[in-house]
Amino acid sequence: MKEFQIVVLAKQVPDTRNIGKDAMKADGTVNRAVLPAIFNPEDLHALEQALRIKDQFPGSTITLLTMGPPRAVEILKEGFYRGADDGILLTDRAFAGSDTLATSYALSCAIRKIKNVDLIVCGRQAIDGDTAQVGPQVAEKLGIPQITYAEEIVSITNDKIQVKRRLERGIETVESAFPVLITVNSSAPHCRPRNAKRLMKYKHSSTTSNRQESNEDYLATAVTKAYLTIKEWSVNNIDAEPEELGLGGSPTKVKKVDNIAFQSKESRTLDDFDEDIDGLMKELIEAHIIG
Amino acid sequence: MNNIIVYCELDEGKIADVSFELLTKGRSLATQLNCKLEALLIGDNLQGLEKEIFPYGVDTIYMADDKRLSPYSTLPHTSIVVNLFREQKPQIALMGATTIGRDLGPRVSSALKSGLTADCTELEIGDHEDKKQNKVYKDLLYQIRPAFGGNIIATIINPDCRPQMATVREGVMKKAIADPDYKGEIVQLDIEKYVDDTDFVVKIIERHIEKTKVNIKNSPVIISGGFGVGSAENFKLLHKLAALLGGEVGASRAAVDAGFAEHERQVGQTGITVRPKLYIACGISGQIQHLAGMLESSIIISINQDPNAPINKIANYVITGRVENVIPKMIKYYKEHTK
Repeated sequence: MKEFQIVVLAKQVPDTRNIGKDAMKADGTVNRAVLPAIFNPEDLHALEQALRIKDQFPGSTITLLTMGPPRAVEILKEGFYRGADDGILLTDRAFAGSDTLATSYALSCAIRKIKNVDLIVCGRQAIDGDTAQVGPQVAEKLGIPQITYAEEIVSITNDKIQVKRRLERGIETVESAFPVLITVNSSAPHCRPRNAKRLMKYKHSSTTSNRQESNEDYLATAVTKAYLTIKEWSVNNIDAEPEELGLGGSPTKVKKVDNIAFQSKESRTLDDFDEDIDGLMKELIEAHIIG
Repeated sequence: MNNIIVYCELDEGKIADVSFELLTKGRSLATQLNCKLEALLIGDNLQGLEKEIFPYGVDTIYMADDKRLSPYSTLPHTSIVVNLFREQKPQIALMGATTIGRDLGPRVSSALKSGLTADCTELEIGDHEDKKQNKVYKDLLYQIRPAFGGNIIATIINPDCRPQMATVREGVMKKAIADPDYKGEIVQLDIEKYVDDTDFVVKIIERHIEKTKVNIKNSPVIISGGFGVGSAENFKLLHKLAALLGGEVGASRAAVDAGFAEHERQVGQTGITVRPKLYIACGISGQIQHLAGMLESSIIISINQDPNAPINKIANYVITGRVENVIPKMIKYYKEHTK
């Protein structure tokens, strides 16, 4: 039976539903440090698809790859709790200010380093940008096909995969050989919950730098339980061209950011008393807005 | 060279509305930049479609006509777009922010190492001064979009890379014919020069397109619900009122995420842009990303428990109260006072 080498791309995102005023820096980029951070929801759907393949092909390996600041290690741990075999944190100041293209470039360089990858799965889009660009751009950089808007893996054999895609007005089933990149929709099944045994096992996993920072006895842990040390890759680990990374490697620039002040209308304020509602409805009917 | 190219999307053999909307915008940008407006049409059996495209003021239509190019598939369409752009070097390229445009756009931008801005709500031409490099860029495309969960509006530019690429959702731009007798030329592309056999590795096994069930874009009355509606059960009240008024039910993103309403009903930057006669916002707080999709409604009524909800600022009528109290009263009055 085939043992698939699967990479799941995940992003730690600010919970954009809870945003304060100091969320933006002066240069127009996002100040992630002040926001609650979560596992991008659709990336969890992607992890579930990978886990299902592993259920069917038990020798398969799932590597969770994320690019972000040191604290993004939290989502790798979350991935371990739910069944990922390995995790890589791609972190370096050189990546700061990356737009989608520079991000895709860095991720694709890292995936090349993982070697012999059959399948890359990621969420359709991240809730902080909603661009849905990184998946297709990574596929292009690797020169492999992409299947976007996946809802279900219909079938998978040693050399072919069939995927059902959710389009605006219907569905489409497509078939591809490996390697291929798949982006998963939120209409796909939710990710399975944390596994209690795995939670115990990986609770103390971290990267070496995070341990150094918190003055933990990291050397002892690394020696006794190697699996508790999460891989941490910098620019030096991925053979990337420095000029294609970060702000410098990003063709799009934020020219300016505005807090929008909409022109206020002269609004009439009503209460929910019968006479207020009745009066309003009467007006709307007489003005032929309704009726 | 240095023209504007709009990728025209086909939906079951018909040109998608969003493409006409982009051509309309493209025409005004081309006039401002004094360049040509060009359209790219990729599919099967395209003859005759030019008659629909030229009136938008299109100077050139590139046609890639081949059985294998329909329905849309990522790799062959990408190859054609990328190779044509390498050859023609457009300064601006526009696509719909549809399942097709959002599959194709990023792939093209990656191949050309050019920037792409998704879901723009406005496109303008303007200059940019880079003070660090002491350089002035003339006539850039300002790609304007709500960002970061819709809490701010960002203006994005691509100073150095071409084409400047942007996607726009359906309904955001208005469509208008420029001149019914506009004359342009058709350029038939020799497919073999643009597409490789290996581009056909992904096979479409099955395709099932449904008729649109929800048509909120053209509805004159929209009763829209937010997270504040509280439950899918309470959303039924909105449906009841909508049915009575001959309207449709819309939803905010938060309501869709909470499972109160289907995704097809989402109004806003990442959903549908609407301009109804009457928009009733029920329990919607009013993030920019939502307002961007309904700001041009003629009359806006906000029903909200919070008298300071941001949406109240742009509403003509603000009803401070609970949705489940107010809507039944509206239904009752309407039933009693109309036939």
